[in-house]
Amino acid sequence: MVRRFVPFVAALCVAACARAPAPVHFFAEGQPRSLADWHVVEVRDGRLAPNAGVLPYDLNTPLFTDYAHKLRTVWMPEGQAARYRADEEFEFPVGTILSKTFYYPRGEGDTVLRSADAGFDARGLELSKVRLIETRLLVRREDGWIALPYVWNAQQTEATLMRGGELVPLTLVAADGSREQADYAVPDQNQCAGCHGNDMKTRALHPLGPKARHLNRDFAYADGNANQVARWAQAGYLADAPAPASAPRNADWQDATQPLDARARAYLDINCGHCHNPKGPGNTSGLWLDAATREPLRLGRCKLPIAAGKGTGDFRHDIVPGRPDASILAYRMVSEDPSAMMPELGRSVVHDEGVQLIRDWIAAMQGGCDTGASTVADAPSARVASK
Amino acid sequence: MASMKHASVLALAVLAAACGRGEQASHTATPEVAAGDAAFAAQFREKLLDAKPGDVIEVPPGRHSFDRSLSLRVDGVTIRGAGPDKSVLSFKGQKAGAEGLLVNANGFTLENIAIEDSKGDGLKVNEAENITIRNVRVEWTGGPKTSNGAYGLYPVKTRNVLIEDSVAIGASDAGIYVGQSRDVVVRNSRAEFNVAGIEIENTVNADVYGNTATNNTGGILVFNMPALSQQGGAVRVFGNKVTKNNTGNFGAKGTPVSSVPAGSGVVVNSNDDVEIFDNDIADNKTANIIVSSVYSTGYKADKAASEFDPYPERINVYGNRLSGGGDSPDGFDLKALKTALYGLNGSFPDVLFDGYVNKARKQGPQICLRDVSGVVNADGPGGYKNPAKDARPYACELPKLPAIDLKRG
Repeated sequence: MVRRFVPFVAALCVAACARAPAPVHFFAEGQPRSLADWHVVEVRDGRLAPNAGVLPYDLNTPLFTDYAHKLRTVWMPEGQAARYRADEEFEFPVGTILSKTFYYPRGEGDTVLRSADAGFDARGLELSKVRLIETRLLVRREDGWIALPYVWNAQQTEATLMRGGELVPLTLVAADGSREQADYAVPDQNQCAGCHGNDMKTRALHPLGPKARHLNRDFAYADGNANQVARWAQAGYLADAPAPASAPRNADWQDATQPLDARARAYLDINCGHCHNPKGPGNTSGLWLDAATREPLRLGRCKLPIAAGKGTGDFRHDIVPGRPDASILAYRMVSEDPSAMMPELGRSVVHDEGVQLIRDWIAAMQGGCDTGASTVADAPSARVASK
Repeated sequence: MASMKHASVLALAVLAAACGRGEQASHTATPEVAAGDAAFAAQFREKLLDAKPGDVIEVPPGRHSFDRSLSLRVDGVTIRGAGPDKSVLSFKGQKAGAEGLLVNANGFTLENIAIEDSKGDGLKVNEAENITIRNVRVEWTGGPKTSNGAYGLYPVKTRNVLIEDSVAIGASDAGIYVGQSRDVVVRNSRAEFNVAGIEIENTVNADVYGNTATNNTGGILVFNMPALSQQGGAVRVFGNKVTKNNTGNFGAKGTPVSSVPAGSGVVVNSNDDVEIFDNDIADNKTANIIVSSVYSTGYKADKAASEFDPYPERINVYGNRLSGGGDSPDGFDLKALKTALYGLNGSFPDVLFDGYVNKARKQGPQICLRDVSGVVNADGPGGYKNPAKDARPYACELPKLPAIDLKRG
């Protein structure tokens, strides 16, 4: 087996090989207290960077997490590769370690910037310019995936296992100088399953990002741009992969040159589809927003809410074609009330740009959901009485 | 639209004159519980993470506060408090999480404990089997408000569920809500000041008995909604006390229960095979018993999942003790209908039927009513224009449904 990433490792070494870093360590059991024990991402020379053999990656359209930027990495033991699957996450071998570091560019004082993720700089994250929040690991063991949330200390020297999660208050400053408070939630270990336990029957955890349709895009590697699916295959991390042109590909939600429907569906797929699919925790609603769903009613078109509670925002249908202001889907995205907002986890502020995309998508739909008939629900007194 | 506004003013005037909202019952104070040991909250979260099958996690007396939701994913765990007025999990000021406690685990028991003031649902049990909820109080302590969480006790997609000796107060949707489940017993519990007291939705095989539902908007609801994993049926509602469910509907519009008129006793909506017997049902101002279709909640056939049956069929009502009620229905249409048929001081009879039927079904809807003061078919399909008081179509017999046996010994 050819050792991977020689060019990439070489590039890192120019900057950081003053002392030889310890290799990545896969713990087959237990829950190491410190992120450093894994040697997946390393603090070195004022930067946080992937260790040798650890490959950074990005997604066509990512999950929104309170405007956090994300450094994602994958590592597999020597000689091991994931098996390609077109629709589900790749079949990863035991020993795989996925990491995701959540961070923000620093603003003035204690603030952080509310900005679009510019993508990964191959030299790593410059610690003086970013605030690290947490690094989550998904580790593939014999008996399945385990999720481990590590929270960074204020000095950004160490991230410590925080199984119970916590709330991190943040002040987000936008480009126009406006400020917004966020209660960034580090999930507790059970809540990891709220998204990654996307099959309620098996209750097994699954990675969500590393699927062909999310990964099928170019990445700025240290040795130049390359398609990620191709690079994973080339690096020996992915077996049986087709040429990138033959693999599914989600739209980049921010790329205005791509069709609106494809961008909206990509956004819904990664932000909602892990729960709202036929097997996921959101299947109780009958609303499915994963990439595979095609039936308009299932996607929310003129669909009645089931157990939305006040998440309806006083609206009747998940999506009313042409009317984002009357659509529950858009309402739940602009709510910051934990009992009404969607997603339920991982967001405390509104993703304005994502909301705009979904509003545009609904606005462009033709038709309507006029219920026509006079109904008990239309009776005014029921509403008056509650005020 | 302008005419709606007028109707609204008129309805308000009628309400003020006739409805007597001023004398509406108010909910009683929540028991005083001192703050619990501050260290317990973090310990409890860790115990939920580390639980092993067979574990009993004890919650000591005191009000234990959480700013994020809790969850459990290990089978065979019991969470046990010292009593619903002693051990309290309080989510007042909660900042994250759509429920108080979320469970995705089989063989779960929650007992002798209270869950208060969660932002969203109190207890949600999603996709699990063999669930026991015993002597649990779920309450929003500020009384009925639209800002309260939706469901109190909320098993969904579950199988073999026992809810007993529990209390749900103040839910902005349903106090006790069992959805998309199979083999369910809800008994000897109390639901007060919720929009729906007890709601059985898209659930197959449920016995609801020995409960008290009072001061809700609707007392006990048996509902079927379209586009879900299964349609419900075979539900028995018996031996309950369903009285004075006259609290104004404070549910968010668009939810299925927001269409429930204040003053509804037992409501069957689009469900088949429901048996309602031996209940005490009284003083529900719209009607003591309502049989309706999801068409009355704003549903249109052309938007529905094609396999869904929106019509209530084989509804068996007999041997209940019914009194009062029907004297001040909620909603302009119903109020106008009542006045037109029975006069300003008159009342609807015990049973109100919205009149949606599957015309292709030659034996009719088989809504069989005995021991009731009468029935009115409101002619919902005809815009309430040709209501009918003829009780003869409802003189039929249906076989009795079997009791639910949870086989718990």
